[in-house]
Amino acid sequence: MSDERPRMPLSLRVNGQSIEAVIEPRTMLLDFLRDGLGLTGAKRSCDVQVCGACTVLLDGMPVSACCTLAYEARDRSVLTIEGMLQNGTLHPLQEAFLEHTAVQCGFCTSGMVLATKSLLDANVALSREEIKHYLSGNLCRCTGYWNILEAVESALKSNQESASG
Amino acid sequence: MMLGVFEIHEPQTVNEASALLAEHGEAATVYAGGTELLLLMKEGLVHYPHLINIKTIPDLDQISPDNDALRIGPLVTHWQLEHHKLVQEQASLLAEVASMIANVRVRAVGTLGGNLCFAEPHSDPATLLLAWEATLDLTSANGRRELAIDEFILDMLTTAREHDEILTGITLPLLPPHSGGGYEKFATHERPSATVAAIVQRHNGMTSEARIAVGSVGAVPVRMPEAEAILRDEMPDDAAFEAAADAVSQAVDPIDDLYGSIEYKRNIARVLTIRALTTAAERAAGNKQ
Repeated sequence: MSDERPRMPLSLRVNGQSIEAVIEPRTMLLDFLRDGLGLTGAKRSCDVQVCGACTVLLDGMPVSACCTLAYEARDRSVLTIEGMLQNGTLHPLQEAFLEHTAVQCGFCTSGMVLATKSLLDANVALSREEIKHYLSGNLCRCTGYWNILEAVESALKSNQESASG
Repeated sequence: MMLGVFEIHEPQTVNEASALLAEHGEAATVYAGGTELLLLMKEGLVHYPHLINIKTIPDLDQISPDNDALRIGPLVTHWQLEHHKLVQEQASLLAEVASMIANVRVRAVGTLGGNLCFAEPHSDPATLLLAWEATLDLTSANGRRELAIDEFILDMLTTAREHDEILTGITLPLLPPHSGGGYEKFATHERPSATVAAIVQRHNGMTSEARIAVGSVGAVPVRMPEAEAILRDEMPDDAAFEAAADAVSQAVDPIDDLYGSIEYKRNIARVLTIRALTTAAERAAGNKQ
């Protein structure tokens, strides 16, 4: 029985590693990462791009992997939560989340950390209001957000200090 | 939710994209940011076996000055509008409104052109651009035409775009001196329940020109000529704003739905109008950034 569905080659970098794959054009980035590559840190939650649990960074920009075709990552770089770990060491942002107890069930955390990473990489001093606006698309049902904001502010501050230091 | 099977086409020119749309007819659709399209396809509400990816066409994502106007390519994202120096300097209200759309991930890939072409009733940019009197360029293999926003957005999810036309440009006339704009939105869901844009011009301390657009409460954004007439040649004070806002609440044609009842939407539109006019007037007087 022949399979008539179109296929396409996909070359991309995921967490710094070159990946070659063959996918269907309709393959979602979230499924490619979770089922194709076993990177289950990004979560399927709302599945309609509003909750942020599936956030990954595509060339440094936060995207909803549940509503992004894997095709869009061709010849580009994807960063998932697994890529935040460097040689077994947590990224300072992850340390900040732990230090401030910004994690309870952990389901939103991957997306929350990656969204914050994109904010950090912009390296501008942001007020709490501006942080809240930036992260307003990442929903958390457990923490009430306070500890998350404390963690983000503390990480931003450390980032500013080491940048000027 | 799994998408149905499709092919992705990669046209290199607008003509090529137009020809592909004509060739495949109803089986094809334009694909840009995909923030509306992919949702509909995932939910099984529509299916297109052929996606025409217009992001492979160069130069549709440019922002450039054009005489006394700003020309914006259809593929410019909301994120780009928020952060682009030219927009911040010459059309700062657009940068402000772009920053309010949906969430940061949608803003990262969602395009101004896509938002306008999808014509979802709850649209921040459509409301603003209607008050701004922006014009749109539509191009097909057969030629080009220019439409005003209210000639383009016809009904809920319905525009004047022909199937083989691509939206290729959005032109914003720069606001003249002593003008100011204000924008207010009210949202309890992901999309806004009510959006109001007000642009006023001031001459000798009076309002010489006023443009008010109300969106998201009805099928399409609409201008408020009765309210605008109340403001014209009057002092820009609270009494004038309230009178104009009362006219807005009477003139809007809200839809009763989960975003609110008709009466609720009339009142929200009224309140947002007062706030938008207050901000616009302060900016026109140079009192507020």
